[in-house]
Amino acid sequence: MKKISPFLISAALLASATAHAQLRVEIAGVGSNQIPIAVAGFADESVAPSQVSAIIKADLERSGVFKVIDAGTVISDTANVDFSAWKGRGADALVVGSVQKLADGKFDVRYKLLDTVKGSQLSTLSQGVAPKYTRLSAHKIADDIYEKLTGARGAFATRIAYVNENRRARDYRLEVADADGEGMQVAVRSNEPIISPAWSPDGGKVAYVSFEQRKPVIYVQNLVTGQRTVVSNQKGSNSAPAWSPDGSKLAIALSKDGHYQVYSVNVDGTGLRRLSNSNGIDTEPQFSADGQSIYFTSDRSGGPQIYKMPASGGNATRVTFKGNYNISPRVASDGKTLAWVSQREGGYSLYAMDLASGQELRLADGATEPSFSPNGKYIMYATKGGGRTGLAVVSTDGRIKQRLSTNAGNIREPNWGPFMK
Amino acid sequence: MQHFKSLAFIVTSAALLAACKTPVKLNDTPVAERSTSSSTAAPAANDRDIRPVETGATDPLNDPRGVLANRSVYFDFDSYTVRDDAKPVVANHSGYLTKNTSRKVLIQGNTDERGGTEYNLALGQKRAEAVRRSMNSLGVSDSQMEAVSLGEEKPKATGSDEAAWAENRRADIVYQ
Repeated sequence: MKKISPFLISAALLASATAHAQLRVEIAGVGSNQIPIAVAGFADESVAPSQVSAIIKADLERSGVFKVIDAGTVISDTANVDFSAWKGRGADALVVGSVQKLADGKFDVRYKLLDTVKGSQLSTLSQGVAPKYTRLSAHKIADDIYEKLTGARGAFATRIAYVNENRRARDYRLEVADADGEGMQVAVRSNEPIISPAWSPDGGKVAYVSFEQRKPVIYVQNLVTGQRTVVSNQKGSNSAPAWSPDGSKLAIALSKDGHYQVYSVNVDGTGLRRLSNSNGIDTEPQFSADGQSIYFTSDRSGGPQIYKMPASGGNATRVTFKGNYNISPRVASDGKTLAWVSQREGGYSLYAMDLASGQELRLADGATEPSFSPNGKYIMYATKGGGRTGLAVVSTDGRIKQRLSTNAGNIREPNWGPFMK
Repeated sequence: MQHFKSLAFIVTSAALLAACKTPVKLNDTPVAERSTSSSTAAPAANDRDIRPVETGATDPLNDPRGVLANRSVYFDFDSYTVRDDAKPVVANHSGYLTKNTSRKVLIQGNTDERGGTEYNLALGQKRAEAVRRSMNSLGVSDSQMEAVSLGEEKPKATGSDEAAWAENRRADIVYQ
């Protein structure tokens, strides 16, 4: 259910006109205790291909954590600021900056975060970036602002992977975009389905399942070089790849023994080892944040439920008990929250559970394939409706929702990438 | 003359039998008259026998009206056992595969679109495995079969209603 508060804001941020079909982002709902922040235009920012201050504003607005005040003026990072005037306009913080073209063709993107209440500087950054990375430099500034003002690491500079499919045209693409849906690049194009993308912890590779051999086979692809390797093509089906936190192994699900069971395999495809042992379906493995345990879906007790076992295999303990269809476990990076999909009263809903207390929170309806942002503050998921699928994001507290959609094709199977260096 | 007549008889009967699409070992055809032949140069009977070779044209697998043309096994909602009305399909293909041991099949299990991607893949696998086990119990070697799942990814019917979902709760036998 959408939470419609009296403070509902809704914004459609249309992508800058490029050749690609971009994702469109709509925001609904606001967080509690929004931080009022004024963002000024950056001096000379029109020299760069992307408007840095506009991207920062959009990021901060989308987070739901900030109440963004348009400064309505350009303020350079070198200008003297009248703190009390900004405080008078209701801003607790002020963002100023500049963009300068350097002799080598790069841009120097500078910014300052100012505390208008204390009249002091909270942070400053200077980035020398290639023209095509000005957008990224703006996301990094938004990350810095988010971290300085909330204490949590920002995830605006991270990327997402998802599948864009047009079944009628037999056009299946694994696409990578910035977390705001901009800057899309195609990583895989195929005539057959692609599902279950999973970013490596270093953000350099993606594991996924491709049906190009008329059956599900697991691949790992280096995003920069395009080189890919078959990680598992055992007899039967191969699917549900999940990386170990150290990036050395994948937990996978194979049907080679007659029914789906969980295995571990080295990234190069060696060292295959069976981890789970049941007479039913065991699939969708996910490592816990510390790498010590594996959460997975099993129908050993009848309907699918979520279980947990040691990462080296062994006895499994049941984690979910309410409802008779609980699938797709995902663990937040702090290891404290489990997100999953539960079917109750007909539909499929996204739930989050505090693992310490077992307390559950329903976050969204019509949701499958959840994926946590690397800071654990948001969950991206797939929505199905009228045969079309799209992506949406909800904050882990359920207060803020965003929808991402495209004009053409169905987008599904989201996976939120890690923090990048 | 006697010799010529008997040869004509053999050729005619062979042609008739071939027309019935029934492969016949000519060794079994009575050739008693031939032994009465006075011809001294007549080759040994076995040298004149012809063993027919089947090309694709007479392979029952390629007969669009034959029982092997039906290669889909349908399942009930939330069910992973081969229904009684699907058992003839399984039996027909099992019969063919046990006679043609060089042929191999991929058994692809499917589900409707409701639910999670990966769990549906596991449920499709369960359907493919049900067909594989049934065929195995009818004598088909496991080396001739691979059970795989397409989950909800390759729906035959694209709608989001019960008719479409029923069409997609299916396992297909695909010859390789």
